[in-house]
Amino acid sequence: MRPAPSGLTRSLTRCALFFLPFAAALAAAPEPIKVGQFASLTGKEASFGQASRRGVVLAVEELNARGGLLGRPVEFLVEDIQSKSGESATAVKKLIARDGVVAIVGGNASTNALEAAPICQQAHVPMIAISSTNPRVTAMGSYIFRACFIDSFQGAVLAKFARDHLHVQRVALLTSMSAPYSVGLSRVFREHFTAAGGEVIAEQKYSEGDKDFRAQLTALKALAPDAIAATGYYTEAALICSQARDLGITLPIFGGDGWEAPQLLELGGKAVEGSYYSTHYSAESPAPEVRAFIAKFRARYSGETPDAVAALGYDAMLLLADAITRAGTTAGPAVRNALATTKEFPGVTGHTTIDAERNTSKPAIIVTVKNGRVQFVSAVTP
Amino acid sequence: MSEFLQQLLNGLSLGAIYALIALGYTMVYGVLRFINFAHSDVFMVGAFIGYYMGKLVPEGTLWGGLAVLGAAMIGCALLGMTIERLAYRPLRSAPTLNVLITAIGVSLLLEYTGQVFFGAAPRNFPAIFPVRNFSLGNVIISSNQVIVIVVSVVLMVVLQLIVYRTKIGTAMRAVSLNPKAAILMGVNNDVVISFTFGLGSALAAAGGILYALNYPSIDPLMGVMPGLKAFVAAILGGIGNIPGAALGGLILGTVETFVSGSQFSTYKDAIAFAILIIILLFRPAGLLGKFTVEKV
Repeated sequence: MRPAPSGLTRSLTRCALFFLPFAAALAAAPEPIKVGQFASLTGKEASFGQASRRGVVLAVEELNARGGLLGRPVEFLVEDIQSKSGESATAVKKLIARDGVVAIVGGNASTNALEAAPICQQAHVPMIAISSTNPRVTAMGSYIFRACFIDSFQGAVLAKFARDHLHVQRVALLTSMSAPYSVGLSRVFREHFTAAGGEVIAEQKYSEGDKDFRAQLTALKALAPDAIAATGYYTEAALICSQARDLGITLPIFGGDGWEAPQLLELGGKAVEGSYYSTHYSAESPAPEVRAFIAKFRARYSGETPDAVAALGYDAMLLLADAITRAGTTAGPAVRNALATTKEFPGVTGHTTIDAERNTSKPAIIVTVKNGRVQFVSAVTP
Repeated sequence: MSEFLQQLLNGLSLGAIYALIALGYTMVYGVLRFINFAHSDVFMVGAFIGYYMGKLVPEGTLWGGLAVLGAAMIGCALLGMTIERLAYRPLRSAPTLNVLITAIGVSLLLEYTGQVFFGAAPRNFPAIFPVRNFSLGNVIISSNQVIVIVVSVVLMVVLQLIVYRTKIGTAMRAVSLNPKAAILMGVNNDVVISFTFGLGSALAAAGGILYALNYPSIDPLMGVMPGLKAFVAAILGGIGNIPGAALGGLILGTVETFVSGSQFSTYKDAIAFAILIIILLFRPAGLLGKFTVEKV
């Protein structure tokens, strides 16, 4: 049991001296901060994934042009979940375990966010859901936040709009039973609409990926409602509108922010004319921050006008950047605490204040389709 | 009453499409005794050929629509024969299970090649036929539904004529009854099998176009559910039996529509499959199938 030979100490010192120049070189090029997104870049919800990714990328590029965060560049990674259930969990696991991201920005359809949230929570990696409006998403854990309003607000807005603007008394619901978003929105709408003196006369159901809604629509038509609320996503909404018009149903049809996609107009064509939906922002808004965002977005993506999901993606990324800056570190718990104390953060979709349930309240915009374009109808503030 | 008639019409037009796809399954089974799982993806390719051809002809004309339909049927007939030549013929003497697995492989190959070439996002199928709605009292008949039913009936009659009134049809039935005896009688089995695949695939293409006309959002995985339903329809009617496949398709489409229109719409697939199980319990060979004892 002799003390360690001095030769070892000497060689260790020499080693350290040898590596010093490399350490200096590493300090010169700081390690990037990795941020990951999971999104449906393909499949039937591809519009959400593509739009939100464009928003996030625009924000990341702006941050890097300004010198990055904490003096480090931001590296953005995205995983395609192909609009399939089960893929979100895999994508988020990969982003956290293999790529070592410090935070996740992502989650469009609520069902995907619900899959990813437990994994982020367990790994203590903060997650900001972009457009997942189902209330259960942030209830998954203390590391889960969101950049958009929630369905308890959206459902109330739609109910109020149906009563006060459309002046309808009897509404029929069409709900996608395999989408937690649609189920939740239908439930909240029913509560608020009935409370406002209206009547929900029937609720017909379908599943994600269905293409034939004639049977449900024929059954609804026989009950003679004043309007139809279709609370699912845009692919189905477009088919519902066109099949309803084929069956001679001329009633107004309306839905939530799941309708927000250029494909609604492409797939629905003339049939979606005169339909309404609630969303997070309007590209027609005169607010200076909205105009500036649209100008930057158009310059970056060859003239394309950003939709609400793109605006939310942009806001979500900047929310995260703000939290990392305030935390002064990328450690999960510190960033989480900084996110939880976000107050009046100015964004394109309104000011964000994170409440105790890690939600935010933002104004909802009602839009309509007119002459092949989405037009602003009214804004409802919480 | 008008609601009932409307649902019946919706159901029949859906069922007619299932029937067209089911015919392809049943014909291949009749001749080769195996289920061609790639059939539902030939259906998808048919819709995509229609999508690209639809851009070349003026929208909403009868001749344009028929030209697109014809082109898709020819294209898919060639595709079906190619699949048979490359994937199934080398396995002609192998056990049926090997061919079955190969069929699943071809199906996945078509689906994911489709995702590479066509992209996974749904596309809007052009209105290639003229669109008009007719109303009979409270029942609204769309011209697309009329086209679906008329085209399906015409194709089924033509198929029946081919199988029972032509030489190649006689050869098909001969191969179906006993392939070895057919060879001894001078039938060229390869030609007959190739023709069967071509015919079945052409019907799948017609089904694809008609489906896309009624539900104008097409994607590379669009064939999976209708394919499964048509497969069930073929078994329901008695696999290997051509009128049975047509009957099975119509029954399945109608039942599915009536269940969708009721309060149990979430269970529509479960109920459709439950009906299949009940029918097979009482008639194991399907509605029109004949149960034959295997000779040892």
